Amino acid sequence: MTIALDIQGLQKTYGNGFTALKGIDLRVEQGDFFALLGANGAGKSTTIGIASSLVNKTAGKVSIFGYDLDTQREQAKAQIGLVPQEFNFNIFEPVVEILVNQGGYYGIPRAEAFARAEVLLKQLGLWEKARDQARTLSGGMKRRLMIARSLIHQPRLLILDEPTAGVDIEIRRSMWEFLRKLNADGTTIILTTHYLEEAESLCRNIGIIDRGELIENTSMKQLLNRLDTESYVFDLASPVDILPTTSNLCHFTLQDPTTVEVVFHKEHYSLNKVFAFLNEHGVIVNSMRNKTNRLEQLFMDLVENNKH
Amino acid sequence: MNAQQQWTAYTTILVKEVLRFTRIWVQTIVPPVITTALYFVIFGNLIGSQIGDMGGHSYIDFITPGLIMMTVITNSYANVVSSFYGSKFQGNIAEMLVSPMPNWIILAGFISGGVARGLAVGLAVTLVSLLFSDLSVQHIFITFTIVLLTSTLFSLAGLINAVYAKSFDDITIVPTFVLTPLTYLGGVFYSIAMLSPLWQNISLLNPVLYMVNGFRYGILGASDMSIWLSYGVIMAFILLLGWFSLHLLNKGIGIRS
Ligand SMILES: Nc1ncnc2c1ncn2[C@@H]1O[C@H](COP(=O)(O)OP(=O)(O)O)[C@@H](O)[C@H]1O
Ligand SMILES: [Mg+2]
Repeated sequence: MTIALDIQGLQKTYGNGFTALKGIDLRVEQGDFFALLGANGAGKSTTIGIASSLVNKTAGKVSIFGYDLDTQREQAKAQIGLVPQEFNFNIFEPVVEILVNQGGYYGIPRAEAFARAEVLLKQLGLWEKARDQARTLSGGMKRRLMIARSLIHQPRLLILDEPTAGVDIEIRRSMWEFLRKLNADGTTIILTTHYLEEAESLCRNIGIIDRGELIENTSMKQLLNRLDTESYVFDLASPVDILPTTSNLCHFTLQDPTTVEVVFHKEHYSLNKVFAFLNEHGVIVNSMRNKTNRLEQLFMDLVENNKH
Repeated sequence: MNAQQQWTAYTTILVKEVLRFTRIWVQTIVPPVITTALYFVIFGNLIGSQIGDMGGHSYIDFITPGLIMMTVITNSYANVVSSFYGSKFQGNIAEMLVSPMPNWIILAGFISGGVARGLAVGLAVTLVSLLFSDLSVQHIFITFTIVLLTSTLFSLAGLINAVYAKSFDDITIVPTFVLTPLTYLGGVFYSIAMLSPLWQNISLLNPVLYMVNGFRYGILGASDMSIWLSYGVIMAFILLLGWFSLHLLNKGIGIRS
């Protein structure tokens, strides 16, 4: 398997003496959809900045599709497309010019770059705005402009730093769809986020970074499996006074006469068992929903554990 | 990147830079033309007629090369310092930094942009000067190469200023406190032969003097010093600042944390 991004022993101490990365090891395989999760200030942007040559590293090795960032920087750079966290285009430049110029920096002739820009802008719903100055775009459009810009040279690895921050839900979903399709077509994608739902919905593998250290690097599925309890909230068809006691592997709490919260151990219990049990006691469930975002809870646990 | 891709990258920057200053021509081309026209009217015609000859030429003929050179210097410098600092400030310098184009192409692109503006404005001012003096160029090759090299040199200086600049104030400090005095004292308005020996020697430390005099030699066929000395000094500064600029870009000073 080809490794798209290989990071070994990565350290970064900024000019002011602050150590943002304390030795990160991270591998992302070709074709992966990888989430780098972490609270604000954890070091996600620093990691990405180093991989995309915008930040100098202090120590460690980084290679992109086998090209070492120190010795083969040109080839390494050519493999990456970057969507940075902050808007960083010239707001007075017309949208299509931003793309065509970016293409030019990668050595793509103008006509070719323009043709590619048209395709990308259409895919991302920005073609109507192609001739407008970038400053006239809405926040969501600016994000999509940066995605289009990052793809002009058809990179094999796309890195997005909090791509959906400040983007409303509808646009966010359409961006997810776009990224899913891009990944399905073969582009390796790494995104950082602190929207846990985003990582859960999009990514196959996940790294969790906390204060400059990678505290978890696993598949999303394994991570979720490690949660041993599940919580749901049931809305009941008719009020109940008390609920029958069960074992401590499955626990009911009445929030009000028609709302009950259930927490059960996944290994020993299942939703089927819960429903069978409620059936036996004549309790009818109208609807149900997840109690908390499971990943969010796990994430908090992981960060919490790392403190000790 | 192969040579063709490098050429594409280079021309992308150059075209972008040229479009930038031509789009805002009212701010970039018109002001120096007006300023120089005023210099011609006041120093050339009104005051100049009272002064008599300088260095064997009428005063207006004497200052014309200096005024053109001064314009070229300020505009080359201004173009690179504002463009490079502007892209640092807005962050779009990152578009170049993430790309595989080598730093020397980034450098060449910005410098060529500065030279393009220097030459464009220099040409506009030269045309204006024809209204006031009957300029005839004695050594066309020397005139052109001196102006080209000077423009390159001050574009480099502008880039170095922009690399270190942390605020918009920082990009006006150097032009005001260093560039303007150097050009005014660089023999634009007078021949250093008029100065006392001490001040003549001090003037020789001013690199602008060699450029103005080289240029004056190209146009008038006479100057305070040898043309080869002019070439030598300009080339030495270009090599020095060129090497230093590339070093700054390679280190990522001011652009990579
Ligand atoms: N240029 C810089 N100089 C000094 N400290 C910085 C700089 N950039 C980031 N940091 C610090 O490094 C840490 C990690 O920042 P960052 O990588 O941006 O985190 P994240 O993207 O995970 O929110 C933060 O504490 C931040 O304040
Ligand atoms: Mg960040």
